[in-house]
Amino acid sequence: MTKSELIARLAARYPQLVAKDAELAVKVILDAMAKSLSQGQRIEIRGFGSFDLNYRPPRVGRNPKSGEKVRVPEKYVPHFKAGKEMRERVDQKD
Amino acid sequence: MKETMTLTKAELADLLFERVGFNKREAKDMVESFYEEVRVALQNGDGVKLSGFGNFQLRDKPQRPGRNPKTGEEIPITARRVVTFHASQKLKAMVEKNQHGKHNSQ
Repeated sequence: MTKSELIARLAARYPQLVAKDAELAVKVILDAMAKSLSQGQRIEIRGFGSFDLNYRPPRVGRNPKSGEKVRVPEKYVPHFKAGKEMRERVDQKD
Repeated sequence: MKETMTLTKAELADLLFERVGFNKREAKDMVESFYEEVRVALQNGDGVKLSGFGNFQLRDKPQRPGRNPKTGEEIPITARRVVTFHASQKLKAMVEKNQHGKHNSQ
């Protein structure tokens, strides 16, 4: 499912809303999530999952082609942990 | 991190109320439906690609040996399907830009 398919499915759920509103709602939600996370603010959606940043300390890596040592600076990477309901629903045995 | 520092469905509903002009009921329902549609797609085995944010994918993991950490007893971890998230380049770049040099100073 792509973003535009998600928008279409939401618009179909709410026929009383203008189609543009579903598009704007998706944009507002995703922008807020990206903004929060990038500012180090955790996201917690009950039944869906949580997003936070994981710290990766600086390390010395190697260029796999030349074998040359390179300093890899510290960084933060986004991390998602599925919630209980999400874990159970995607793993239904049928 | 403090509780007030967490983004939840309530804050997202407030944003839809303020910025999209939904009433409170519609805003709350729309946030709930947003996450429900993503769950339904994943539950049906369909990955979800939200451009600019990231992709949710499904991985089928085989059974593997495990251990009860308390008792040391060996118990197999059954085969299962799990969700993984991969942030988009755009989101990673936003994180990099905002978090640069912030370790231990937050």
